[in-house]
Amino acid sequence: MSSIAAARVMAIGLTVLVLASEAATQDLERGQRLYDRWCAECHGVDGKGDGSAAAYMLPRPRDFTMGIYQIRTTPNGELPTDEDVERIIRVGMPGTAMPGWESKFNQGEIRDVVAYIKTFSRFFEQLGEPNPLAFGKPPRLTEEGLAEGRRFYREIECFKCHGDAGRGDGPSAPTLQDDLDFPARPADLTKNWTFNGGGTVDEIYRRLRTGLDGSPMPSFSDLIDSGFMTDEQLWHVAQYVRSLAPDDPPRVREVITATLVEAELPASPDDLLWDEIEPLYIPMVGQVIRQTRWFAPTVDGLWVRAAHNGEELALMITWHDPSRSPDPAWLEWQQWIAQSVYPFRETGGAERLPDRLTVQFPMSIPTGRERPYFLMGDSRRPVYLWQWISDPEEALEARATGLGSAQALAAGSRTLTWSSSWDQGEWRVQFRRRLATADSVNALQFLLGEAIPIAFFAWDGSNGESGTQMAISSWYAIHLQQPASSTVYLSPVAAMLATAALGFLVIWRAQRREEEERSS
Amino acid sequence: MRYTKRSDTLGLLLALLVAAGCGGGEQRAAEEGAVGGETGAETMASVVDEATAATVAGSVMFVGTAPEATMIDMSEESVCADKYDAPKYSEEVVVSENGTLASVFVYVKEGLEDMTFPVPQEPVVLDQAGCWYTPRVFGLQVGQEMVIKNSDGILHNINAKPSINRGFNISQPVVMETKRTFRSPEVMIPLECDVHGWMQAYVGVLDHPYYSVTGAHGSFSLAPLPPGTYVIEAWHEVYGTQTQEVTVGEGEELEIAFSFGEPSA
Repeated sequence: MSSIAAARVMAIGLTVLVLASEAATQDLERGQRLYDRWCAECHGVDGKGDGSAAAYMLPRPRDFTMGIYQIRTTPNGELPTDEDVERIIRVGMPGTAMPGWESKFNQGEIRDVVAYIKTFSRFFEQLGEPNPLAFGKPPRLTEEGLAEGRRFYREIECFKCHGDAGRGDGPSAPTLQDDLDFPARPADLTKNWTFNGGGTVDEIYRRLRTGLDGSPMPSFSDLIDSGFMTDEQLWHVAQYVRSLAPDDPPRVREVITATLVEAELPASPDDLLWDEIEPLYIPMVGQVIRQTRWFAPTVDGLWVRAAHNGEELALMITWHDPSRSPDPAWLEWQQWIAQSVYPFRETGGAERLPDRLTVQFPMSIPTGRERPYFLMGDSRRPVYLWQWISDPEEALEARATGLGSAQALAAGSRTLTWSSSWDQGEWRVQFRRRLATADSVNALQFLLGEAIPIAFFAWDGSNGESGTQMAISSWYAIHLQQPASSTVYLSPVAAMLATAALGFLVIWRAQRREEEERSS
Repeated sequence: MRYTKRSDTLGLLLALLVAAGCGGGEQRAAEEGAVGGETGAETMASVVDEATAATVAGSVMFVGTAPEATMIDMSEESVCADKYDAPKYSEEVVVSENGTLASVFVYVKEGLEDMTFPVPQEPVVLDQAGCWYTPRVFGLQVGQEMVIKNSDGILHNINAKPSINRGFNISQPVVMETKRTFRSPEVMIPLECDVHGWMQAYVGVLDHPYYSVTGAHGSFSLAPLPPGTYVIEAWHEVYGTQTQEVTVGEGEELEIAFSFGEPSA
């Protein structure tokens, strides 16, 4: 009896073992199937980060063979935990081409993909499970804490790369490369929605503790271990960094409102009047429609403010650009970018290129829905342009019938005035023009109360951008407030906006709470 | 700093320590005995008999015309720029007046597989002073401490980029020291500072003490080596590696030479 019982137990044990090992191999096979189908195009069939789409990406897709992962909960230089990799697959990496796969894969599938990804590097088998760091809770957010964070931001020299105002414009910024020698931009700390590892205080603190392996961003844990600063002070740095960005990521809206002001319009971008006008955020993307395409634009967004006084229209456009081009400190960067994005093209010496900004309007206000082709129009529907350039610093009005066809207006037809300034990684360019001009054929005549199409193009010379290699927006609309209607419509609009804002606040709070709960 | 002037003899010193360890008496010797003791027969192998030990020594010659050194622009970092009376030049290729090449890492690549060596207790110090790594090229044993020292008191990050070992990237914004070790032999591991792109050092990690770095006189010495056949490799950051197979008999002092350089135009 007892031997039969023992045999039975053994048999059950064996079955369990067989089942378990079968389940494991099945998982790996499913992981591979999913990987090959959805991940290999960027990360490569062998996980080397060299898929067919990889060449168009900066930063490049992760090379899994090195076992180096940016976003981890483990100490600097260590492997990530499975949960670390699962999380990135789930939510993606903001500021890169890596999307979140939460809606595509279920938890089990994500686990299988992680199991497969780990087979690309011998380190996982060699070193075993890594130990995550214990992260505490942030101290309460206070003015003193923020001031302390600011003090340490300077003391531990975050500004060397990220810049004093946090715009990614520090003196070392043009020299930074990742572990594969591709140019690496320090994060623009004023845009926490682009942080690779997420933009909450907790996430920022974790990056300070672990570093972003494979990038120039080091770990600051040793500073706590050596007694130079306390854990709480490092939390304050994280809180300070978080405070550099707005509470919420900018919302994209279609219409820029030119506020009616009963005064002289601003003479320069630094005029205090601009502080009273709400900026509208315009996201920008690389121009990838026409040759030569551009996959690595510097400018990922503009803020636009507009005002008019019934006589003149003023536009103030600000954007972050770590260099005032041309700047010889960025010539090497320019070459790295060219070699990274177009590795097979002969690249001569880097040219000294200026920064540029172009505001595009139709030649006349469209009567129907038809607007000119958004890439500088065509022969049927030309466009009217305000072209600003950083070197020599000037702005011109022009007319174009397609990319590369812009012709400056004759001197007699020009009425545009402009003023620009660059400070700590930010350009501010102000344009002013009379609503009505003498040359109504070659220059748009602005009318109040209309939705006038408007679009933007931006170039960073230090990034090697010129011609078709630029950042572009789609068409938006600008609406010049009318004197009478403005008061009538203001309160309902304000009420609507207030309701919407309140709604977003509620949602944001709820999301944040959920996130905090999840991370704790 | 300790090893910069004596890098030629570093290997020798460490080897002597091994020998000293066998004599016993000191705490270090006891520890070394413990390390060797784990692996029985190999413990015996790590005993190098001074009486019969051989030496492989020589120099690394440079042929052709040395590339012109480029001037380092430290204007962004006045703390460092102010430490120099004359402009600092790159040190990738340093050829001395006697026609030898400096900063070549010469080591025993093959031939010591059956032996184990104790981990030196003395750390190797890598200093960052004047936005410059000292030494530029150095050796380290697996498990031996590398003390990374910031003497400048401004932000340096030390970004180690190995391919066999795990890397690290740590920040040192003040005068401080950080200790790190490596787990596996690897020749060479680049060490870089991302804040100051010109700062570059290389560490060769071995599981034995037979390495030497050429200095101003371009010479190296690997001793005391047990008689036998070895593959000796010379590594240079610009010119790559060269190997030679050598056989040394009891008490032999073998002279060999390596030669790197620019292809003649």
